[in-house]
Amino acid sequence: MDTAFFYFFALLVLGGAILTITRRSAIHSAICLIVSLVGVAGLYLLQKAEFLFAVQIILYIGGIMVLFLFVIMLVNLDEQAKERQFHGQWWIALACVAVVGAQVFFFIRKGSAAFQLGKPADTAPTAGNTEMIADVLFSEYLLPFEIASLLLLVAVVGSVVMAKKRI
Amino acid sequence: MLQPITTVHYLVLSASLLLIGTIGVLTRRNIVIILMSIELILNAVNINLIAFSQHLQNMGGQIFTIFVITDAVAEAAVGLGILIALFRNKETVLADQIDLLKW
Repeated sequence: MDTAFFYFFALLVLGGAILTITRRSAIHSAICLIVSLVGVAGLYLLQKAEFLFAVQIILYIGGIMVLFLFVIMLVNLDEQAKERQFHGQWWIALACVAVVGAQVFFFIRKGSAAFQLGKPADTAPTAGNTEMIADVLFSEYLLPFEIASLLLLVAVVGSVVMAKKRI
Repeated sequence: MLQPITTVHYLVLSASLLLIGTIGVLTRRNIVIILMSIELILNAVNINLIAFSQHLQNMGGQIFTIFVITDAVAEAAVGLGILIALFRNKETVLADQIDLLKW
């Protein structure tokens, strides 16, 4: 059952991503990106990261994508959608495809046993996911957490300064 | 029947998503879509972190995913702010028409 769900979500993620970078209209791209992000959220759920599943839905889809849609609405993209959409840089893209394609081909040929990862841990989780995240976040990672709040403050001030016509 | 899903499956999926995002950044001309491709790249990183967090039963991966999402929010807000300022001055969102610093 997990296998079927994995392939379903993988299809959502990759299909949405490919449509995102190939659509002509920015609105269509944004909607395909939402599909892709929902797929990523489903993968979080399969990996038993329930808290991050909720964060992904609320922050990414509810926050960032609405921001994107607002900006697409503000900047007028209609004339520019009629123009050429791609650079003439296909050789760089082809090089990327070759590298990762070789890796994926190797995986399909040899199966997952060919990759040497660390030994999987066999300890079961001791508490709920959210509880464990809070435990680690507010003890071991407290300083990075505070720095992240500073980053958000800088981003808020910076984006207002950027977007406003006259301060 | 289908094989059970291992961590390697997640890593391959994440590599593919990273690839698609990279192609988007390198080949598209529209800055809005370049920013969306950056979001795809960050999501690929997150899938990787979560997969290893589950593999090793270590919470560090999930914590770092939270930080990556925080960064993505900040980056999107500032990037779109810059885009609006740019559009007001240059009336374009195509990356190769913005060549103020070019000789």
